[in-house]
Amino acid sequence: MVQVSMKLEMKDTPGQLVRALKPISETGGNIIAVIHQRESSSHSDIIDVQVVIELIEGRIQDLIEKMKQQGVTVQRIGTERLIHRRSLIMIGHIMHTDLTDTVDHIDKTGYAEVSELQLVMPAIAEPSSARITIKASTASAMGKAVDILRDVAKKKEILIIEPLEDAQ
Amino acid sequence: MRIAILGFGSVGQGIASIINTKDLGISIIALADSKSGLINPNGIDIDTALAQKRSGRPVGDSKISGFDIVNKAEYDALVEVTPTNITNGEPATTYIKKALERKKHVVTSNKGPIALHQRELSLYAQENNVELRYEATVCGAIPVIHVLKHGLLGNDITALHGIMNGTCNYILTRMSKEGLTYDQALAEAREMGYAEADPTYDVKGIDTAIKLVILANTIWDWGVSLHDIDVTGIDQVTPDALRLAENDGTTIRLIGEAIPSKKLLRVSPRIIPINHPLVVEGTLNAVTINTDMAGSLTFIGKGAGSLETASAVIGDLLFIRD
Repeated sequence: MVQVSMKLEMKDTPGQLVRALKPISETGGNIIAVIHQRESSSHSDIIDVQVVIELIEGRIQDLIEKMKQQGVTVQRIGTERLIHRRSLIMIGHIMHTDLTDTVDHIDKTGYAEVSELQLVMPAIAEPSSARITIKASTASAMGKAVDILRDVAKKKEILIIEPLEDAQ
Repeated sequence: MRIAILGFGSVGQGIASIINTKDLGISIIALADSKSGLINPNGIDIDTALAQKRSGRPVGDSKISGFDIVNKAEYDALVEVTPTNITNGEPATTYIKKALERKKHVVTSNKGPIALHQRELSLYAQENNVELRYEATVCGAIPVIHVLKHGLLGNDITALHGIMNGTCNYILTRMSKEGLTYDQALAEAREMGYAEADPTYDVKGIDTAIKLVILANTIWDWGVSLHDIDVTGIDQVTPDALRLAENDGTTIRLIGEAIPSKKLLRVSPRIIPINHPLVVEGTLNAVTINTDMAGSLTFIGKGAGSLETASAVIGDLLFIRD
């Protein structure tokens, strides 16, 4: 899933907004926000609506086509590609086992990246502790990224503490 | 109901003193500690036996062994509460087999025989038309096996997560609350009597793994052993790691985890939201069971202790009788 923000232009006629949004559910997307600002200075019969949606990545073009058919002009503003986040804790000699290399293993996958790292080093030769946050595009990509981190950590004798996800 | 008790340590004494004070309709007709045995078909004088034990003397006759009691005494149920031997489960496994062979019920708190031979022993009990029950082997006073075998009948168990070792939970709680190092918290746990002189078995996650084996085999009949479990202990956890977790509204606990859809059996320290029902403090135990019909259920209680373990054993005995 990706999160997409879009600026839509459409005619200010009754029912047009509903028609414009309908293709989102038809393509399996979720609407996260609809922002509609009627500008008082505007004298035209065209309105601007901004939507934030969650959608399977390959379906964006399909969605844009369908919206066009409804008479909507679509200006894609941007995509936030990585929307899954998970924080893990690492304990061990994190710096001395090449932290850059550890992070690179995740970053070079293309589907996940390290977005945050908080490191505590109590004393020289003592194991340090870090909280590492990974962002990934899908849940399965996250699973793969965590597997990679687990493998790297094992080789470097770093303990990985994972969050408990399944016990609700 | 006439019972024979093998093992007269903290658990055995707890059971005896409860039977002595509560009118449960159970009489102890034989008793053995590691050095001696005692048989009296009319019922043993428990006050004398307890006093004898407290003064450091053997409880009975050194010529009577545990095997003599198992093979000769006329009991309805054998209560096997000798210390756990996780390498080969002996001599408890032989005691249990002998009793089942004589068509006597068996109730045990001993993790060794159940973790190593649960399937074989349960089949053997079935063939002999008697019961083998072992509630006290997992999570002390929490009747988790009863719930799994009876209370949740008809449900599919889709996941099980538990805090099943009071020593580890005490250490992590103290590290988190007081900022103690692992070594300081372990030393304190020893002082309080919550940790053994050699804490390896607890802190390396082995005790939790053994309990996970027992639960997995009880629920799904997987026939797994200790070697099938991916085990990481808590001995490398730092106070810094706990602080990092807490900045996020989470904490760290040692969790035993079984998920059939992923074929997953794991014991590891985990990050868990501080307000999750599994997050208990001190020596408490907790188990969360996920099911298809009943949803998610969490049980919290004392995981060890003389009376708490006696509660599980006596529950098993009365279940068999009634």
